[in-house]
Amino acid sequence: MGTQSSSLKRYALTRLALVVPMVFILLTLVFLLMRVAPGNPVSAALGGHAPPAVIKAISHQLGYDKPVYVQYGHYLGQIVRGNFGTTISDRRSVGSIILVNGAATLELTFFAMIIAIIVGMLVGLVSGRFRDSPLDTGGRLFGIVVYATPVFFLGLLAQLVFGTWLNWLPTSDQASPITQALMKTHTNIFFLDAIIDGNWSAFWDIVKHLILPATTLGIVYGGVFIRLIRVNVIRTLKEDYIEAARARGINERSVVYHHAFRNALVPVITVVGLQLALLLGGAILTETTFNWPGLGHELYVYLQNRDYAAVQGIVVVFALVVVAASIVIDFANAFIDPRVRY
Amino acid sequence: MTAVLEVRDLRVWYGTARGSVRAVDRVSLQIDAGSVLGLVGESGSGKSTLGRGILGLLPDGARADGEVLYKGRNLVGMSQRELRRMRGPELGLIFQEPMTRLNPLLRIEDHFKETLEQHESKLTDKEIRRRSLDTLGRMGIPPTRFRQYPHEFSGGMRQRIMIALALVLRPSLLVADEPTTSLDVIVEAQILRILADLKENFDTALLLITHNLGIVAEACDRVAVMYAGQISEEGPARDVFADPKHPYTRELLRSTISLDTTELHSIPGAPPNLISPPSGCRFHPRCPDVMRVCPAKDPIETQPDPDRRVLCWLHGPETEIPDGWTAPAERARIAVAEEA
Amino acid sequence: MATAAVRLQRRTVGIRRALAPIAEARGMARTMLWVGTGLTLVFVLLAIFAPILSPYGFDQYQSGGHRFAQLAHPSHSHLFGTTVQSTDVLSRIVWGAQTELEVVGLALAFGLVIGVPLGLVSGYFGGALDRGTVLFMDAMFAFPPLLLAIVIAFLLGGSVNSGVLVAALAITITYVPQYFRVVRNHVISVREEPYVEAARALGAKPFTILRRYVFFNVVQNVPVIATLNAADAVLTLTALGFLGYGVQPSQGAEWGYDVSRAVSDAASGIWWTGLFPGLAIVLLVTGLTLLGEGLNETINPVLRRRTIARVDFGAPSLEPPSEILEP
Repeated sequence: MGTQSSSLKRYALTRLALVVPMVFILLTLVFLLMRVAPGNPVSAALGGHAPPAVIKAISHQLGYDKPVYVQYGHYLGQIVRGNFGTTISDRRSVGSIILVNGAATLELTFFAMIIAIIVGMLVGLVSGRFRDSPLDTGGRLFGIVVYATPVFFLGLLAQLVFGTWLNWLPTSDQASPITQALMKTHTNIFFLDAIIDGNWSAFWDIVKHLILPATTLGIVYGGVFIRLIRVNVIRTLKEDYIEAARARGINERSVVYHHAFRNALVPVITVVGLQLALLLGGAILTETTFNWPGLGHELYVYLQNRDYAAVQGIVVVFALVVVAASIVIDFANAFIDPRVRY
Repeated sequence: MTAVLEVRDLRVWYGTARGSVRAVDRVSLQIDAGSVLGLVGESGSGKSTLGRGILGLLPDGARADGEVLYKGRNLVGMSQRELRRMRGPELGLIFQEPMTRLNPLLRIEDHFKETLEQHESKLTDKEIRRRSLDTLGRMGIPPTRFRQYPHEFSGGMRQRIMIALALVLRPSLLVADEPTTSLDVIVEAQILRILADLKENFDTALLLITHNLGIVAEACDRVAVMYAGQISEEGPARDVFADPKHPYTRELLRSTISLDTTELHSIPGAPPNLISPPSGCRFHPRCPDVMRVCPAKDPIETQPDPDRRVLCWLHGPETEIPDGWTAPAERARIAVAEEA
Repeated sequence: MATAAVRLQRRTVGIRRALAPIAEARGMARTMLWVGTGLTLVFVLLAIFAPILSPYGFDQYQSGGHRFAQLAHPSHSHLFGTTVQSTDVLSRIVWGAQTELEVVGLALAFGLVIGVPLGLVSGYFGGALDRGTVLFMDAMFAFPPLLLAIVIAFLLGGSVNSGVLVAALAITITYVPQYFRVVRNHVISVREEPYVEAARALGAKPFTILRRYVFFNVVQNVPVIATLNAADAVLTLTALGFLGYGVQPSQGAEWGYDVSRAVSDAASGIWWTGLFPGLAIVLLVTGLTLLGEGLNETINPVLRRRTIARVDFGAPSLEPPSEILEP
């Protein structure tokens, strides 16, 4: 279908063009935020007791003694070239933090997302379909309580029950030290690395470490989906085309699955993208609770060390990921829903 | 001619917190094969409920009672499963608002495929395509547009697609609920042409629900006038328009605007509340010919002509009216009481 | 005088009309409203009467020269046990209610004061101002809200002394874009309504129209959003506390901070230091959410449900009015 692909392409280009000014504002925002912070970033990161000469030398080396607009231009130029800077406290490049710790966050959020979607769809669809039945009441209550539970509290309970009392699953780290020592690195994503090597004992160790954090984050995040999917199913079941389908004698199964559920899930895709920001926020807490070496955990550590450069780099990465995800989601939406393209 | 549909003493009430809404209250009518029955009335007179009630498509909280005999089988009390199987191949329904009646995520093709597969599972893909395109073609939709999405069509075209979607299963009865109300005049004429030609092309009986008397005059063989959940008059369209027997029909005809209208006429008052409708004849608070018997006793159906019926005390039966009760009643007083 | 009275009367009529759906709420919506109000009220009362209700101070570790036991099991003298610093868990929960509500109240007030007028003006006047603001707010949306709150709390932590204020400001910044977006989009749809057009045609000044026609129409949505955001704000505040930002341990009790201290206790099987503050969070957020959802369901016509009664065909037929019956 020629017209379809060309309209998709046009849509994609417009959407991308709109992103450029937004990313620019976003980058500027981060820069300004980090510059309004009181005190010299170098002395803050070095703990405030480094000799003035050392601070001056490092400031010069990192360009913190130049005028703010020069620093700003340099910062933008570096980011365009894919360089997110270097931390002050331990002189790591932010790029390597993204590769190593970002992989851990990706592993966690990916599985959490899958769990969230499964939980959200199961409970949300059933709740919406059987509105006002005891099933619905139970589903809604579950959704609300799950939403009201902070991810770190659920994590604590999980650690208490499955770690301390039942001793079934590990409660911290991404893998046991021995696995980490013996594993070869291909992608930095432990889960994939173990599969690539065919190292099944390492794989099982990694899965065991993943279960509690991913389930905790997934269940809490699933609460968002439950509410959303339920309301969408209710709304869709009231649509005129549902009544029209019934009037054609389409059986209830097809009406519900083919028409109502499918149409109710379209807006959910958009929300998956919007809520990625929420999921990443949850990841910061989950990683801190389970000592999971992801980006959120690193951010927490660098914040403790008052390392502005590291914080700036990680925040920029988080924001860019959210923007990129929203673009991907919009494209997916345009692909599924023909009306969006026009 | 044989009756495709016979409705006998049908009641459809909605339960609400304030009481039951008597949307359809003891209605009887008959539609013959290949004929068009127009059902007219003001909004809120229960005509849409009657149309949907025939197909058993009622919202939660509605209850039906009486008989809806389709080819001799009573649809009231039939299981949802059986009713569903009859919707489509036996009974079709077309709606007022075509813009929102097609699933926006499905191609026109998918709509036809799903509909045909559910009712005629033996059809091959090729036959499905041939039959769909044939029906669409008769509605003036070219095959090139078969794979397009609903949003690519105008309102008039969507209504034609809806009609094709109903007719592709060759139902014996089609209920069209104000099918042209949301369309512009030229498109309206096209759709009416299609509906009026149904009997030649498909031999389908049609129940055409409308508030537009012009449409009835143009497209219907017979007409039933509905007021407050009841049929006040029914007969051949030509006769009813030439010589209305019920005061409501007469007032309704006087209210229509045509080229030779010199002054606008309207019926004073508003359609009654169907939770506690007026006693006796439901039209009595607004009726110019109200008699003392009208608010006191429910009217009895009479036949002023062999193929006409009317629900009005003006036409008797005189034996049921107590002496002296044909004297005019004061309408104004009653109307005021009704509004208060 | 008279006009003031009329205006007051008009306003109370307006309020009564706005509250009508709440009084008429039935079924699940009604239950949610009541349970939500009840739970929220419990915490409001805890916060107000903390000095009376709390057995000890939030950082009190001794009484009458006698130091409390560390990590003591829940018992008669300490209903919810004690922490590793010997403080009373129950007292910290009661005082914590005060912290949570203070911060959330402040954050909501700030957010509304900034976000609503901005949305009104931006949506009503449109143009370059609107486009610029929208772009800016959209950029803010790209940050995970919690991340933004953490960074703000981190930056303000050095210069602002009051932890409550730091936390409130950090939370405010995450909600301003939300209020802005909701209000702006609503204004844009209301702006084209016939009654606003009519007011404009009659020569009303823009700010008069905004105040009298647009504002009251738009603020109807605000209670629902504000309640739901309050629930969200509690979660953000406790998350900040969990990470060690916002309210500092010396300034007040904060449930999230307490849970963070309990993570290390969990390994040795000590459950009371984490369970009770965690449950407090869950209950308060559940209460606020139920309240918000209940309001939403009663006010939002899409979700509202008609009450259905059973139809009884055997109901007595209509009695004709007796005055007409007499011939």
